[in-house]
Parts: sequence; structure tokens; C-alpha cells
Amino acid sequence: MAMVDPIVEAVDLNKSFDANHVLRGVSFTLVKGETLVVMGGSGSGKTVLLRLVAGLIPPDAGLLRVFGRAIERLSEEELLPIRRRMGYVFQGAALFDSLSVRENVAYPLREHTSLGEAEIEERVIGNLSVVGLSSDVLDLLPSELSGGMRKRVGIARALSVEPEMLLFDEPTAGLDPTNSKLVADLMLDLRGGVCDTAMVVTHDIELARTVADRVAVLIEGRFAALGSAERVLSGDDPAVRAFLAGAAK
Amino acid sequence: MEAYLRRTAMWYGGVGLLTGQVVRSLALPPKYLRLVIHEIEIMGVQSLGVALIAAIFTGMVFTIQSAVNMARFGAETYVGPLTALAILRELGPVLTAILVGGKVASGITAELGSMKVTEQIDALRTLGVNYIKRLVVPRVLAALIVFPLLTVLADAIGILGGMAIMFLERGADMYAYWNVTTYWVVPKDFVTGIGKSVFFGAIVTLIGCYNGLSTEGGTEGLGRATTATVVHVTMGVIVCDFFITKLFLTLFY
Repeated sequence: MAMVDPIVEAVDLNKSFDANHVLRGVSFTLVKGETLVVMGGSGSGKTVLLRLVAGLIPPDAGLLRVFGRAIERLSEEELLPIRRRMGYVFQGAALFDSLSVRENVAYPLREHTSLGEAEIEERVIGNLSVVGLSSDVLDLLPSELSGGMRKRVGIARALSVEPEMLLFDEPTAGLDPTNSKLVADLMLDLRGGVCDTAMVVTHDIELARTVADRVAVLIEGRFAALGSAERVLSGDDPAVRAFLAGAAK
Repeated sequence: MEAYLRRTAMWYGGVGLLTGQVVRSLALPPKYLRLVIHEIEIMGVQSLGVALIAAIFTGMVFTIQSAVNMARFGAETYVGPLTALAILRELGPVLTAILVGGKVASGITAELGSMKVTEQIDALRTLGVNYIKRLVVPRVLAALIVFPLLTVLADAIGILGGMAIMFLERGADMYAYWNVTTYWVVPKDFVTGIGKSVFFGAIVTLIGCYNGLSTEGGTEGLGRATTATVVHVTMGVIVCDFFITKLFLTLFY
């Protein structure tokens, strides 16, 4: 079988905030076409790991290659072109609150392309339809949207950069079961078309079962388990089983 | 005590690093120039009233105090140049920087701090946008233009206010007052004051931006950051004024 260069390669990542040692030697790879779900309790460092991959914070130690480039010591300016190849969906959507849905989704297009207004409008409506929203929401402000709609607009904005990899931070947190399922189904749809590679951090076991190829469980700053979704979620490892039992409650 | 010193050192270091980043990012793409114009509009138009009201009353009170007290030494003739020198060299630039700066910088901190705590700044970064060029540089460039312009207007209004009060309260001869003033005041007095206002514009916006970008702790942290900005700007302008004055006196006197 031919070896595929990983999109993300992390070796022995460590990250502390003052005396709080959040990550204590995390290693993993993410290859093209794969969805890796990282599970863990609140405060376990899942989001920190995602922010490291996006280059939003640097690791204290360890190696981190994204799209084949070591990013641990890159400057903000050097990271920009790497970030344009990925889309980041924030837990709270992080929409620009003074801009309409149209301007939010169009933002990356206006920043990085010289597309005309008609083309931008077409791309915005196209991205909104991918996430199941109609053009009726174009002129609404983020404060006028429901939580589920905000998440989907956040995904539409992330898609505007035409990412090769999507990073999802707790995509179903704070959503009711119907909206959670909508978002999970949307993530599956994206895999089949627009963007086939994703890293997802969540504590939602149902979401992991739906979208994951591989699952990692982060406990006390280390991966207690990393493997295929079936194997990890079956809970062979006692620590993982305890976490899953707690999370399932 | 150790924690306080550490926080203080980190604050100065952070403002210094931000200044370095701004200097390296000064070359803006043409599409960002409209942001500079937008900021000039916000800072300039919305601060004009505050700057001018402060200037006219300061000019009047300084003049009337000087007139009453200098009359005791028989030196009332020199109230005009004294007032003009005080306004051009100190009161115009410093008062404008403190009043307008406090207003502008706390607004910047509130806006950027709100963006920080709601992850909108991280969202910009993940979209591949240089947030220093997008959020900080336009504000600094706008301040470099707005602060000197407001100071010119404050200088003029302050001096005119002083003249008016001398005429109304002390019955001064306006022609003589103006002649004595223009005899003693030289262009250097005006230019050094305007030079100070350029520095103050940069200091004020950098403090506002840094406090906004380093906001932590949700809405409570945002409140603390905004309050801290007003204090930092006031102290920053007063302390820097001394050092800039020393520098200018050394270089240009």
C-alpha cells in the first residue's frame, strides 16, 4: 500500500499555561480523506490541540507539521498562507457580529480574491446552500440567528476559503438533538464533496460514531486511546471505558 | 508584589512588541486605505466637540488667571504670549491627547476586547487575515493624522478664547494683544507642539489596541481592560510629555 503524506503530523506535543500542563506528549497523524475525532472531558485540552494545529498558539515542545511544513516556530505572517488552506469552525461560531450573514460568508472572498460582486454573491449563496440555508438569511445579523443557524453560517464562512481540511471545535455543543443531527449529517455531506478531511474535537459520542474514521480520547493531557472508531468507542481500554461511561451519562 | 512587577513588565513588553509589529506592517494593501479614512472619520468628527470645548475653556481660564496674577507684577502685557506659548507647547497637545485619547482608546479597547473574548480575532486569523494590518495599523495611521489636526484646531480656539476673555473681562486692546503675541511666538513653538501630538496619537492608539487584544476573562475582563485604558492613556501621555519635551528642547531649542 502506498504511503500517503499526512496533512497533519504531530509528535510529542506539549503545552502548558502557567502551572497547568494541558498537553503532555500528544502524537497523531491526519491523512487526506480522513476524519479524526478527538474526544475528552471539559478542560482536557481538546480545543488547545485544535488551536495548535491551526497555528493559533505555539506548542512548548514537540513537532507539528501541517501540509508538510513545520509550523511550531513560524511567525504570524508565515502562518497566514497555511491557514488559508484550512477552515476553522468555532464552538461559538465566532461570526463577525457587526456584519450580516452575507458579509460574514463573503469576508474571506473579499480579503483573498479579486472576484466581482456578482461572483461573490453567487459563491456566498452557494456556500449557504451547502450548509442548508437559503438566501433569506443573507441580510440577517448573527444576533438574529438561532444557535444552529450560527454554526452553519460559521461552516459556510470556513468553506469560503475552499479548505483542504476542516477543523471543528465542539460542532454540536449547545445544540438541541435535532440541530445536532443536522450538523452531523452536514459534516458527513461535506466529507462526500466539498472537503473530505477533518479534525473534530467533541465530547458528543453520537457525533463521533457518525463522522469519525478514527477516534482519539484525550485524558490527562495524553491520548489514552487512538484507533478506528469502532475499536475505541467499544471501550476496550479501562480508562477510555470510564470516560465513555461518564460521557454517556 | 512579584506578580504586579511581572504583569507590569509584560504590559510594557507587549506594547513594545505590538509597536514593532505595527512598524513592520505599515505598508497596507490599497483596499485597507478605506479603513484608515473610516477611522479618521470616527476619531476626528466624533472627538471634535470634546477637543474644542476643552480648548476654549482652558484658554479662557489660563488667560484670566495669568492676567489677574501678572498684573500684580505689572506684566499683564505679556499675558498674550504666555498664553499662546502654554497652549501651543503644552496645553493644546496634552489636553487634546488626554481627552480625545481617553475617548478614542477606550472605544478601541472595548471593540477589540469584545472581538477577542468572542473569538472574532481568532476567526480573522484562521481566515488567513493579518489582524495587525486589518485592525491596528489603520487606527494608528488615522491617529497620526487626526491628533495633529485636532491639536491645530484646539490651539487656535484656545488662543482665540484667551483673546476674547482679555477683551471682555480686562478691556484689553486686541490689536496690541495680537501684536505682542505674534512678536514673541515663533513657528517652532507651534511645530514642536504638533510634533508631540503625533507621538501622542501613536501612544494612545497603541495602548488602546494592546489592551483590547490582550483582554481576557469575558465581559468582566473587558470592563477592566477599558477602565485600565483610560488610566494608561492619561498616565502615558503625561509621562511621555516630559520625555518628549526634554528631547525637543535638546534638539530644537
